[in-house]
Amino acid sequence: MAFQNETLKKQYWRDNLRIIGWLLAVWAFVSFGCGIIFAEALNAIHIGGYPLGFWFAQQGAIVTFVVLIFVYAKLMDRLDRKYGVQETEDAK
Amino acid sequence: MDQQTLIYIVVGATFALYLGIAVYCKAGSTREFYVASKGVHPVANGMATAADWMSAASFISMAGLIAFLGYGGSVFLMGWTGGFVLLAMLLSPYLRKFGKFTVPEFLCDRYYSNTARIIGVICLILASLTYVIGQMTGTGVAFSRFLEVSYEMGLSIGMLIVFFYAVMGGMKGITYTQIAQYCVMILAYTIPAIFISLQMTGWALPQIGLGATMTEHGTYVLDRLDQVLSELGFAEYVAVNEHNRINMFFYTLSLMIGTAGLPHVIIRFFRFRPSRQRVPTPAGRWYSSPFCTPLPRPSAPWPV
Repeated sequence: MAFQNETLKKQYWRDNLRIIGWLLAVWAFVSFGCGIIFAEALNAIHIGGYPLGFWFAQQGAIVTFVVLIFVYAKLMDRLDRKYGVQETEDAK
Repeated sequence: MDQQTLIYIVVGATFALYLGIAVYCKAGSTREFYVASKGVHPVANGMATAADWMSAASFISMAGLIAFLGYGGSVFLMGWTGGFVLLAMLLSPYLRKFGKFTVPEFLCDRYYSNTARIIGVICLILASLTYVIGQMTGTGVAFSRFLEVSYEMGLSIGMLIVFFYAVMGGMKGITYTQIAQYCVMILAYTIPAIFISLQMTGWALPQIGLGATMTEHGTYVLDRLDQVLSELGFAEYVAVNEHNRINMFFYTLSLMIGTAGLPHVIIRFFRFRPSRQRVPTPAGRWYSSPFCTPLPRPSAPWPV
């Protein structure tokens, strides 16, 4: 299925970029932010035996990555449907 | 039964499984050889990708190294996993929608340039070769240890097995072999972790166990680790080395970008659910593309 007109196409691309932008911001925040740059400060907080910064670097970031990928897939599916450009069954 | 017999039986059974899969999935056409066409379910594809990613090198050396490095090892943990976010959001959807089979083909069509394609192919060969050298070294070490043969002998056995199932089964065979490897490896990774965690802390989930108290000492596992390591004169396990922060930042970033670009991982995203924009591929086109195809990665057929 194709886009109905150029404006929709541009709009779709803008929405697409916005989704990627937000999700990558989260991606950078948990890994580079919590895991590396603020790790030392966060280590002052303890959850169980884990200093928080250490936990982010070793587990929190990875868990967030997995969630991010699922969220991305879900959001993009919704976007595709909104603009009527989803992949149809027979195209598989 | 002594241990050696047991090892032979288990290793033999894994070989038989992989070779069986290769024979069962025998590629019927050139196209099937290069691209496991429609029949691969996304979950199966994910399992195969994971098996690709958990390579011999990560199994043999990296797991131990990361465990030893403590906080410093986070660069690998975040680097190798964070790359998949980049891959999922910035690379694979567009490569897939473009409707080509390989990255060099994509480069060629997107930039209207055969030079770009050739550069892509050279990069691909370089990256794959470097990667294969590491994996093959791992294969040799693993086989020579388990089968008690020389390193060269172990390497040859491993190569023969991989050659056989890669050539027989093509991409589809490799995909299914890797699903089998995935199950074997996941079990081999998690069983020791769960039992160590159970024994030390009483928690079955290792992720919780590492942050829990030890049954013996009543202190947190990580605190105990810190204590032991500093007594031995090493840096504390969880300590952040502030002089190293910029290094860590860029090390992690480069590992992420590198992971997103791994040829044998990217190729998995070309494979399932071909998008509707794809033009039917004339079979004859393949004659020109031996260099544009992914190198099937000889991952170690892993004996537990």
